[in-house]
Order: sequence, then C-alpha cells, then structure tokens
Amino acid sequence: MTHHHQFDAVIVGAGGAGLMAALQAARLTNVAVISKMYPTRSHTGTAQGGIAAPLGNMEEDHWEWYMYDTVKGGDYLVDQDAAEILARESVEAIYELEHMGLPFDRTQEGRIEQRRFGGHTREYGKGPVMRSCKSADRTGHMILQTLYQNCIKHNVRFFDEFFVADVLVHEGVARGVVAVEIATGELHLFHAKAVLLASGGFGRMFAVTSNAHSLTGEPVAALYRRGLPLEDMEFFQFHPTGIYKMGILLSEAARGEGGVLLNGRGERFLENYAPTLMDLAPRDMLSRFIYQEVAAGRGVDGKDYVHLDIRPETINRYGSAPGGRTVTAAELEEKLPDIIEMMRVYMGVEPMREPVPIQPTAHYAMGGIPTDNDGRVLAGPTRTVSGLYAAGECACVSVHGANRLGTNSLVDLVVFGRRGGKALGEFCRRADYAPLPPRAEAEAQGALDELRASRGGERVATLRSELQRVMMDKVGVFRKAAGMREALSAVRGLKERYTQIGLDDRGAAFNTDLLEAFELGALLDLAEVTAASALQRTESRGAHYRDDFPERDDTHWLKHTFAYRSEGGDVRPTRGEVRFETKPVVVTRFEPKPRTY
Amino acid sequence: MAKVTLKIKRFDPQREPASWWSEHALEAEPTERVLDLLNRVKWEQDGTLSFRRSCGHGICGSDSMRIDGANRLACKTLVSELGSTITIEPLLGMRVQRDLIVDLEPFFAAYRTVKPYFISDAPPPPDGRERLQTPAQRLRFDDTTKCILCACCTASCPSFWASSEYIGPASIVQAHRFIFDSRDEGAGERLQVAGETMGVWRCHTAFNCTLACPRGINITQAIGEVKRALATGRVE
Repeated sequence: MTHHHQFDAVIVGAGGAGLMAALQAARLTNVAVISKMYPTRSHTGTAQGGIAAPLGNMEEDHWEWYMYDTVKGGDYLVDQDAAEILARESVEAIYELEHMGLPFDRTQEGRIEQRRFGGHTREYGKGPVMRSCKSADRTGHMILQTLYQNCIKHNVRFFDEFFVADVLVHEGVARGVVAVEIATGELHLFHAKAVLLASGGFGRMFAVTSNAHSLTGEPVAALYRRGLPLEDMEFFQFHPTGIYKMGILLSEAARGEGGVLLNGRGERFLENYAPTLMDLAPRDMLSRFIYQEVAAGRGVDGKDYVHLDIRPETINRYGSAPGGRTVTAAELEEKLPDIIEMMRVYMGVEPMREPVPIQPTAHYAMGGIPTDNDGRVLAGPTRTVSGLYAAGECACVSVHGANRLGTNSLVDLVVFGRRGGKALGEFCRRADYAPLPPRAEAEAQGALDELRASRGGERVATLRSELQRVMMDKVGVFRKAAGMREALSAVRGLKERYTQIGLDDRGAAFNTDLLEAFELGALLDLAEVTAASALQRTESRGAHYRDDFPERDDTHWLKHTFAYRSEGGDVRPTRGEVRFETKPVVVTRFEPKPRTY
Repeated sequence: MAKVTLKIKRFDPQREPASWWSEHALEAEPTERVLDLLNRVKWEQDGTLSFRRSCGHGICGSDSMRIDGANRLACKTLVSELGSTITIEPLLGMRVQRDLIVDLEPFFAAYRTVKPYFISDAPPPPDGRERLQTPAQRLRFDDTTKCILCACCTASCPSFWASSEYIGPASIVQAHRFIFDSRDEGAGERLQVAGETMGVWRCHTAFNCTLACPRGINITQAIGEVKRALATGRVE
C-alpha cells in the first residue's frame, strides 16, 4: 500500500542546507523534511575547520576581499553576482547562527574568534587573513546541531529514515516526491506545492573519498533522469589532506594553525609551487602539487603519499603559525582536538611527535543541480522549473566555480539554504497544488520491486568498487582524453551489468541491500555525467586538470556546462549519450586573470 | 593480515521470531575498522545483514553497537584493539528492529523533553552582531557540545536498563550544554525536567556512560553538575 501525504513544501535532506531552508520556510508555510538518516547523522556534521565571514574580529577584512578570493579560488568560473551575495550575506548568516545559540569560539573580548584558511587573503591576495569562524575543529557539527535544535524548537515536521526514490516533475512543474519508509519498506507519496532538494554530495563515486557512505546523490540523479540538466559536473574537488588510504579528512585548519606539508626528503615542497600562500594555497592546486611530488619520486618511502606535519617544533622552526608566533602542543590539542584524535585512532601515529601520512581525497562536487540565486532550479540556461528548488552541495549556484575555497561549503549552505528556504516559503503562499499524475508512485514502485526481485549474477559491491576505482584513476586529479574515454566506456559497461545484479535481501523492513542497489544506480548516472562533462571540456581550470590541455582557455571555455540525458526519462538509470549546452559565466567586478598564489 | 571471526547477533522478525547468531570468517588488517568488516560481510557474504552507518569516522553517530560487550562506534573501533573473535550485538535496552538496528524514536523523544535548543528572550545586540561570551564562559559547557547523539551512553546505563522511562545520560548531556551556556535563559525550565522522577536522580554514578562515550565526554561529571544545580538552586 502507498501512504499519501500533503505538505505545502517538502525538503529532501536534513543537513545544513535542508535545515536552514526548513527554518526559513516554516515561518511562511507548512513544511516536511524527509531524510534517509536521522538529521544529526548528516554529513554537514563532519565539516571541521570553519565558516568564513569577513567579520573583522581579528584583523581588517572586507566582503570585497572575500568575494575576490572566492572568484579567484574558483578559477573565474564563479558567477560573480552569486559570489557577491555569498560574501555580503555571510556576515548576517553567521550572526543569525550565533543568535540561534551556536557556540563559536571566542576572543578575549568575547567576540567570535576567527582563523586562517586556504585561499582566504587580505587585500586581494597579499597574504592570509583570519576569516574562518569556528568551534574548535567541529564547526560543522555545531552548525548541524544548532539548526536541528532550532527545527525542534519550531516544531518542524520530520520524516526520518525515509529514502527518496523519485522527484515528481511533470510538464515543467514540481509536484512532490516518492519515498520509501526504510523501517517498513512501504511507499509514501508526498504531494507538495514545492520541493527543495538538499541531498548533499555524491563523492562515493570515487575510491578514496572523505564522503560518507550515504553520499550517493539519488535526488540529483532523479532530476537528470527526468530530463533536467546538471551543471559543471566535471569539477570535483580533491582535498589535499586525506588520511592515507582511508580518505578521512584532516581539515586545512591544521595548516591554518601552522601545520606544513613535507615530501619524502622532509622538504617543505610548496616553497617551489606557491611561494606566497604555501600550505594555504587552494585545494585544487595543493592536490596537484602532491601528485607531482609523488610522480617525481619524492613521496615518502617512494610511496604515493606525503606528510602533514603539525609537530610544534616543526611549526616553530618554520614560523608557520599565524603571525609567526610560537605554538605549544597543548594549544594545538585545544584547537584541533578531533583531527588529532583521528590521526591517533586511524593512523596509530602520535602527531605531536611524528608527521602524518596524507594523500588527496575526493571531497566536494562543485557542480550539481543548476539554480538561480534564490535556489530556483533551472531547466536550461534561461528557464526555471516551477516549484523546484535546490541548495547546498547538490546545487550549483555557481558560487564555487571550478574549485571551492575551504569553509565555503558551510557558507554556501547557510546563505543559499536561507535564500532558497525563503523563496520556497513565499512560493507556497501564492501557489496552488499542481495535480499529481495518476499513479504517480508507480514508476518508483516498479523500479524498486524489480531490484528487490533481481536474481542476476552481478553483485552491487563489485560493480560499485569497479566504478570507484576507474573514476579515481581516470577522472581524478589529473585527466586526459584517452583515460576519460576509457572511464566513460567502463561506466557504460557497468550500467549494462547493473541490469544483471542479484540481491540477497527480499525483505521489506530495513532492506539496506535494496537501498544500496538503488544508490549504485544513481552513482552510475552521476559518474557518467562527470566523465562525459570532463571529456568535453578541452581546457584546464580549477579542479579540472588535463595533461592534454594544460592551460585555461577563457576564449572558448569561460562558460558553464549543462549536461542532459539523451534517452530514458523514467526513474531508472539512463541509456545513451550525454548531451551538452553551455551558459555564460556572470562577470561583474573581477576580470579573469592568471591564477597564482 | 590476521584471521578473525565475526559473531553477529541477528534478528529479523520477517524471517523468524527469535534471534540467532551468524558467524563470518575474514582476513583482516589490524588497521581495519569493525565497520569495514561489517561492510565486507554485507557486500561479500550476506547482503541481508542490516546496520546503520554513514560517515565512517566517528562523527555522525550512526553505527553505535555493542562490540565485545561494550557500546562503541563500529567505525571508531579497530581490529587491532580486539581479539580474534569479535562479538557484535545491538545496543542493550532498546527495541531491536532488525539485526543491529534498534528503535531510536524513544531516545530522540527523551532528548526532546529537555528542550535541547537555545532559549533567550533577550534581544540580540542592537548592532546586529554576536552576543558576547568570554572564553571562560564558552569553556564552561564545551565538553557537552561534543555529543553526537549516538546513544552509546544511554544504552550502557544500568538505570536506563531498569527503566526505559529514565531520560538517560544523553538527554542530560544535552540539557547541560544549554544550562551552563551564559547566553541561555532556559535553565529553570530544563532543571525542572531534569529534577522530575525520571530525571537526573535516577543516575547512580555507575560511570558506564563516561566509559562508553566515543567522544570522551565526562558525562557522569556533567550529570553531577546538573544535580548540584538542582540541589543548590544555582547554576555556576
């Protein structure tokens, strides 16, 4: 049986963007938040280092400097009207979080304490600036907790552990979603005036990733399958400092506090690559520099990793702490408690006495569902979908362009989650319910039943790990045409084999075997779009670096990619090629310049 | 590589009414997480095994379970810490729904009773900026801000096992986080809840919660501070 619900606004995802949007929309209309996990499990909670805003609590700072850093960090693919909104509204968003009770770290004067972070500079690139507001190294945890607490305070309605299988968009109008109640396996049809997607990233398409197991992108794939575009999917950020082999993130706050990267010879190799910002250069560049050191035979012990060194004696020797001051072990333990514990637990190293093996880890999708500055989803370069919104990592505003700056994911989700939530609420106040098509849940039901009954010889886990391997190797930090073609054909082969999978679990309640199979289908579609988008962009920009086209090409490529499916159109993985259009980049204040640090 | 045997307590009322044990032999690296082993069992041997997991590094709080008799996060427990046979069960004192998945609705309902959100009628500063708080005031409740609501503490508490109506250590940790926040004005309301029959006085300082907490929160101390505030009528 199918359960029917009607809410003016349905929000999919309960991380920072979804909860921020819910708080805004709930002031204007009735809202339901649907999440495949309990909200406090959302991946926003793992963000460590901080959230930027030019408060100027520590030293002079201005929104114009921050906007410039965001645009330059994104290698000029950032839409500058959006970056201006981000930089200006970050200030009021931070204060709003503080007024909601968020426990930021404090200065002696009682103000919000700030620290340095990669790519954030004073006076348009002259040197690092203290802009990142923080709660030790669990800033994302505090944001997630605070937003969830405020949702409880304001009686927001939650559907926890509900898995969204389909987003109902018909004739250019959003009408609701179809979800599985994980505890029972029963289907729920949510009829809504408007839907906001805030489902986060999809980094699980890569073998080494900081992303949670849950980050598989079903709602993003759902829109693509329905014929809507995905923007700039070729831009995927690899964070330079993941724990070796495991991919667990070690925040760049470690480097903000003075930590340095050292190669196998113990040299601070960034002196040769980014002499001004060194260890605080943007992530895309640092990941490439690490790969280059390894390729030149200067990895540690001839292996594919380098060291992150946060020993006080190292930091003091280089004078790499903010202001060149002297640091102590106790101070570092206080500022970086969680990541120091992770180094101890997962690497078995004692970071106060030895350096930590790190390698780049797949971290963040700059691309995703295209939206305008109020979260409205675009159906094409110039058209919007009525009643459909997106915010957070799943969306592409585009405020991150070709490479996101550290802290800007959190800023994005509070600033654009807030704007999207307001726009959603206002839309619901003036709109009526668009009728649901007959048997709106039938397609999702059919696809799920088919998967549940599948008895083929292929295993989901095997296909998934093959996908993750080929994406990591061929569509990772360094790319070239032949490798990407290989990846694309491998992904298409995996999609073929996906039709031959067999599941063990035929039950209804908590059938996570079934959900993992459905998630793999989404990852396959999104990986295909990622590889195809990367292949067609014949330049290097930000996180998209091609050996065969090593230069940025503003003449031909200062534009966004819009990728569409060419065949299919239901809830199942697509078939056929990926089709492309482009959209111009909005340039207001900062003309593209060569990007050096 | 070492040979390990995973003994997992299973339950699936769709298949049979009683629980049973499944055993799985694996080759494991000492640096592997118990979560990695559970995933390998699920992916390679038995897709019907059900458990919650997400971030895989001890922050989201999804994979709390009983590992060799202690409540831990599977993603924060390495093979090197355990013997060659690893026994895995769902959290105690909570209704098992399937395999390692327990019903968390009562846990979150208890959490909500302590009003786990910022309460203040005072308007924010007229300049629109942050409320002021000294580093010392901020430090006062720092420990309890670390809670990830994984339920390891509550499900390790003998008083909770005796009466599931007890709001449990996790809820008190959440109450503490606000009661001792200099900006918050809801201490009175929360202390009233904490002082009721099913509140803090159920705690008999067994310290199980403190030992179980994967975030290293001094839970028994936090509960003690809430008790003291109730007894003295002062929050300090």
